Amino acid sequence: MTQQKIIIEDIARALYDVRDESRPRYRSESGLTEDIVRDISRRKNDPAWMTEHRLASLAVYNETPPPAWGPAITSLDMDHIATYVQPDAVMAGRWEDVPEEIRSTFDRLGIPEAEKESLAGVGAQYDSEVVYHSIQTSLTKQGVVYTDMETALREHEDIVRAHFMKLVPPKDHKFAALHGAVWSGGSFVHVPPGVEVKIPLQSYFRLNAPGAGQFEHTLIIVEPGASLHFIEGCSAPKYNVTNLHAGCVELYVKEGARLRYSTIENWSKNMMNLNTKRALVEKGGLIEWVSGSFGSRVSMLYPASILAGEGARCEFTGVTFAGRGQHLDTGATVIHAAPRTSSVINTRSISKDGGVAVYRSGVRVSAGAKGAKCAVKCDSLMLDSESRADTIPVMDIREDDADIGHEAKIGRISDEAIFYLTSRGIREEEARAMIVRGFVEPVAKSLPLEYAVEMNNLINLELEGARQ
Amino acid sequence: MGEELLTIRGLRAGVDDKEILHGASLSIGKGETHVLLGPNGSGKTTLMNVIMGHPRYEVREGTVRFDGADLLALPTHERARRGLFLSFQTPEEIPGVTVENMLRTARQAITGKKAGVLAFRKELAAALATLQMDADWAGRYLNVGFSGGEKKRTEILQLLMLKPKLALLDETDSGLDVDAVHLVSGGVRAFRTPENACLIITHNAGILSSLSVDRVHVLLHGHIVQSGGPELVDEVGAHGYARFLEAEG
Repeated sequence: MTQQKIIIEDIARALYDVRDESRPRYRSESGLTEDIVRDISRRKNDPAWMTEHRLASLAVYNETPPPAWGPAITSLDMDHIATYVQPDAVMAGRWEDVPEEIRSTFDRLGIPEAEKESLAGVGAQYDSEVVYHSIQTSLTKQGVVYTDMETALREHEDIVRAHFMKLVPPKDHKFAALHGAVWSGGSFVHVPPGVEVKIPLQSYFRLNAPGAGQFEHTLIIVEPGASLHFIEGCSAPKYNVTNLHAGCVELYVKEGARLRYSTIENWSKNMMNLNTKRALVEKGGLIEWVSGSFGSRVSMLYPASILAGEGARCEFTGVTFAGRGQHLDTGATVIHAAPRTSSVINTRSISKDGGVAVYRSGVRVSAGAKGAKCAVKCDSLMLDSESRADTIPVMDIREDDADIGHEAKIGRISDEAIFYLTSRGIREEEARAMIVRGFVEPVAKSLPLEYAVEMNNLINLELEGARQ
Repeated sequence: MGEELLTIRGLRAGVDDKEILHGASLSIGKGETHVLLGPNGSGKTTLMNVIMGHPRYEVREGTVRFDGADLLALPTHERARRGLFLSFQTPEEIPGVTVENMLRTARQAITGKKAGVLAFRKELAAALATLQMDADWAGRYLNVGFSGGEKKRTEILQLLMLKPKLALLDETDSGLDVDAVHLVSGGVRAFRTPENACLIITHNAGILSSLSVDRVHVLLHGHIVQSGGPELVDEVGAHGYARFLEAEG
C-alpha cells in the first residue's frame, strides 16, 4: 500500500529562486544621493515637475525618521541598495521581442501561459523597468488604457499629474518619500465610465538584481460605473544581501465603480517589503482587496481604503504565511468618511518554524459617517511553540451611529481537534493538514484561480513511496 | 454472548498523576448492545477515551483487545481503521472542513479505497434522510455553529457512514429534546446489525427505547461494580446509585 506523507511546508520556493545572471544595461550606484536621483530622472526623461517631485521627496526622506513601531528594519542600509537597475531590454508588445533570458524567467513563472488562458492584459516588470505590456484590442476599443507608468507619463501626463502621489503623499512616511524619489516602472490603468472589464489584467513584478530596490508605481482609475479586476504578482530569487521593495499603489474608485485588487506576494526571504497601497472610494463604489503575503523577510503592508462617498464599501481578504526567519506585519486600514459606508476585513495568518505574523489594522469612523458599518475578523494559527502571532487592532470611532464588530482569535491546532479527526481513521499529519487547509479555506477561495493553486502549495502532498 | 469483540481486563488508567480507572474489566460480543451507567466523575468518559487512544490518558495496567488485536499498542487512527468509533460528548468544531469532506476522507482512510463520488453522495443523502437532516448539511463546516443537538446528530451521521464494528456513544442523547433523542435512537438502531456492537453511556433511558439492550454495567469510582440485564437501567432510573455507593462504603 502506498503511504502518503503530508507535511505543511513553506511555500515551494524553488521556482522563484532561479536567478538570472544580472546583466543590466545600467545600474545606479548604491546609496541615495541627490546626484543619483537626478541621474535616474534624466535617464527616464522625466518632465520637469517629476524631477522636482523626486527631489522634494528625497528631502522629505532625509528628514523623516523610520517608523518607531513594527518589525525591526535596521538591517536595511540604503547605502547598499541600488535604487535603479535598468534591464537590457526595451518594452515589447510581443513576448518574442523580449530578450531570451528575461523571457524565460517569465515563462517559468507561467505569465505568458496565464495571459493566453485567463487574462485580458499583462504587464511584466524586470528590475526597474517594464519589459512587456499587452492589452486585448477589444478593451482598447472601449477606451481602456493599460500601460507602464513611463508611457502613461508621456501619453496621459495630465491624468498622471493630477493623481500621482496624491493619495499617498511623500510625507506619509519615510518609504513613501523614498518611493517618490526613486520610483520606476509600474502600471497605469484607466477604465472609462461604464466600461466593465470582465477578464482580469495582471502585472507581474520580478526583482532579479541582488542588492537592489524595486519601486514600481501603480495608478488605477476606474471611472463611474466601470469595473475592473487587477492582479499583481511579485517574486524574486534569494540572495545573501538585502533587497528592498517600496512600491506604491494608488487606486481611484469613482461613483458606483468596482475594483478588485488581488496581490500575491512571494518575495524571497532577503526582501524588505515596505509597500504602500491606498484606495479612494467614492459614492456607492466598491474596493475589494485580496492579499496573499507569503514571502519576504520583513513585510509592512496595510492597504488602506478611504470610503469618501456615501455608501462606499470595502472588502478586505488577506492571508499571511510566516515561516522561518520571517516577520510579516500585515493588515488593513479603513477610513469611513461618509454616511452608510461599510467595510469587512477578514484575515487569516499562519506562523511556523519561528515565523512571526502580526495582524495590524486601523479602522476610523469620522464624525458624521452615520450608519457606518465595519466588521473585522482576524484569525491566527501558530503551528508550533517557536512561532508567534499577534493582533494589534486600532479603532478610532468618532460617530455614535456606527456599527463596529471586531473578532480576533489566536490559537494553535488543538489536541482535541486532532484526536477528533484521528478517531475517524485519519492520520495525525493529515488531520493537521486538514485543519490548516480548513483554516485558510474561506480566504483561499477568494484568490484568483492560478494563485489558489499556489496557496495549495502551502500544504504539500508528498508521496513517501511504496510501503507494505 | 456473541463472538468477543472487545475485552478489557484490569484497566488502570488516568490523566497526569491521577488514576481514574482502577482496574476496570468489560467484555462486549458481536451483535450486542451494552449500556454503561455511573454517576458523574465515575470514569465513563475516561474509559471511552482510553479505548479510543486519547493521548492525554496514560494506561498503567491492563489489556484491551479488540477483534483480535492489542488495541493499546495502536495509534488512534489505526483503532478507527480496525472498526472502532467514538461519538463524542462535545464534538470539536473544525472550521473550513465540510461534513462531506471529512466523511469522504475518513471513509477512504478506513476502507483504504477511494470512494466513488456518486455512490458516496447517494449513501450520504440516505443517511441524512434517516436522521432528518437537510441535504445542505453535508456542505456545512464540521460542527461549526451547530447547536448541541445538531452536533449529536452529526456524530450519528458519521456512525452511519463509517460503519464501525463497535460504536462507543458518550452521552449522545444529553441535551437533546424528546424528538431529537428519538432520531438519534433511530439512527443507532439503523446502524446495528448482528455483526456490530455498541456501548452507550447515558443518563436517561430515552435513547434506549428503540434499542434492545443486552448488558448493563455500572461504573463507580473507576470499577465496574455490577453487570446485569436491561432491568438495571430501570433500577438506576428509579433509585439512583445510592445502593452501589453504600456497598462501596
